[in-house]
Amino acid sequence: MDEQYKMTVDAERAPVIEPGYTFGTVTEKISAIVLTRPASNGWFVGFGIAFMLTMMMLYAIGYLFLKGIGIWGVTIPIGWGFAIVNFVWWIGIGHAGTLISAILLLLRQSWRNSINRFAEAMTLFAVACAGIFPAIHVGRPWLAYWLFPYPSTMGVWPQFRSPLMWDVFAVSTYATISALFWFMGLIPDFATLRDRSDKPALRMIYGMLSMGWRGSARHWHRYETAYLLLAGLATPLVLSVHTVVSFDFAVGIVPGWHTTIFPPYFVAGAIYSGFAMVLMLAIPIRKIYGLEDFITELHLQNAAKVMLATGLIVAYGYGIEAFMGWYSGDRYDAFTLWNRLHGPYAVLYGALLICNIFIPQVLWIRRLRTSPVALFFASGVILVGMWLERFIIVVVSLHRDFLTSSWGMYYPTRWDWMTYIGTIGMFLAAIFLFVRLLPMISIFEMRTLLPEAEVKAE
Amino acid sequence: MKREPIYGIMAEFDSATALVDAAKLTHQAGYQKIDAYSPFPIEGLAEEIGFHHDEVPLVVLIGGIIGGLTGYLMQYWMSVVDYPLNIGGKPPHSWPAFIVITFEMTILFAGISAVFGMLALNGLPMPYHPVFNVPRFALASKDRFFLIVFSSDKKYDPAGTRDFLAGLGPRSISEVPS
Repeated sequence: MDEQYKMTVDAERAPVIEPGYTFGTVTEKISAIVLTRPASNGWFVGFGIAFMLTMMMLYAIGYLFLKGIGIWGVTIPIGWGFAIVNFVWWIGIGHAGTLISAILLLLRQSWRNSINRFAEAMTLFAVACAGIFPAIHVGRPWLAYWLFPYPSTMGVWPQFRSPLMWDVFAVSTYATISALFWFMGLIPDFATLRDRSDKPALRMIYGMLSMGWRGSARHWHRYETAYLLLAGLATPLVLSVHTVVSFDFAVGIVPGWHTTIFPPYFVAGAIYSGFAMVLMLAIPIRKIYGLEDFITELHLQNAAKVMLATGLIVAYGYGIEAFMGWYSGDRYDAFTLWNRLHGPYAVLYGALLICNIFIPQVLWIRRLRTSPVALFFASGVILVGMWLERFIIVVVSLHRDFLTSSWGMYYPTRWDWMTYIGTIGMFLAAIFLFVRLLPMISIFEMRTLLPEAEVKAE
Repeated sequence: MKREPIYGIMAEFDSATALVDAAKLTHQAGYQKIDAYSPFPIEGLAEEIGFHHDEVPLVVLIGGIIGGLTGYLMQYWMSVVDYPLNIGGKPPHSWPAFIVITFEMTILFAGISAVFGMLALNGLPMPYHPVFNVPRFALASKDRFFLIVFSSDKKYDPAGTRDFLAGLGPRSISEVPS
């Protein structure tokens, strides 16, 4: 590339962190949100609403436990309704957090340092929301632990040839590793909060959580090695999780499910929706907490570019699905395509194409890509689109399969909606608590981005 | 065990560069039992104070191997030995179907080994440590850099070591009571 051109490009790019910060000011600014900033009325209102939605979810689940899954809209032939749609949607959202924290770390994308902490938190909470659905969907949720291989008096074991069983291992491993990754990243920051706080109770709590971290060079060395190895492990893990989720479908013979494009297309869709959620959280948070200097235009732009790229992979997936419907010559596959376009759920398929393919193309325009408001709305549209995608994969494929005599329709009930909206409330409630109790930006990793962190040779 | 009343002498520096230079000079001067503290990881600092054997990768490797074997052998034993089930005419030992869980268990055990192995090798959790007795050490998690020579070092002598550290241009010097 021409040197001069390169320089103009670099000058146009927003910095990872606005100039003028020191180790001290970065530390103060991020830790003050947790330690000294009083909770605003807006926070209480927001948390209150999210908390009430969480209660609504618990109410819906409580009623489900009393009555059974007959209160939902699921019937044969559509045995997998909202529960599986929402499970796939939430777990997909979680994927962006791991992508940001692990894959971008391995790729040395240092801009990730300002958004990895809350993206990881988002992953954890999204996986928690996702985990609810399969557990309550099993019909007798008090026996959900039967999914795990444990020695029982019945003497039987799970069926390891089933992708549903693989999913149990993939998702539980993912939840564990995400929690460990998040906690490990927090240890040095807990030490900072311990040393900054003037309240004895807080010092003790953060002190315990920091495990007595003191920043020794030997400790940092092992810490960095472990962090890098964990990132290396989380990278194939995150790709495997949505691959295994897609196997839940692809290994079945239902037309619309039985296809080899599913794993890559599911993973791309997961990252697509995950980045949309990252932006929907980051844009208001950076505004409210005045973190525009740390989460700059560069971060928004980069996230938008990732969405654009993964969105195109998703579009390619839709294209190949349609192409294979025609090219395979399989009449059931062809019918699935026709049914998506002209069947009773055709409106939703149209909405899916608009939300996931057409509207996100506005991100090609630089002015919109750098506008927080436009990005916020584009992200919302993508999240809706990705939810519709899972609805179409689950419900529209199941509702008309091989035999016309077994066709049916799926209508979600108010309990379906209450549970789904309730998990959004739970997710937001957790995010509200997180921003107040823990440093939402990794302080020690931000310090490494400052120019003064560079060690100059003598 | 008899403990020295003084744990070591600690020097405070303003910048990462100063700390790395000071650590290098101290190590070159023959001090073996030293440590450096910084608010963020500094590349090469651990090597300057004579730390060369990071055992974390080995721990992770062992954890991963144990996890993989556990995953595969668990499935093998359960579906071939203890309770063979004929599912769709597939052989009891359908190894391709066992790969996914083997992989997940490898990652799970390796990841747990990475985090807990790192903590164990670092001797954490350790809520109390003598360095916390120095009030200024609270800044080690913010913007200051510290170098300590432990009193257990062979070359350590209270006055001489203090003079040596003072020659490195620190911001302050403190004795660390144990």
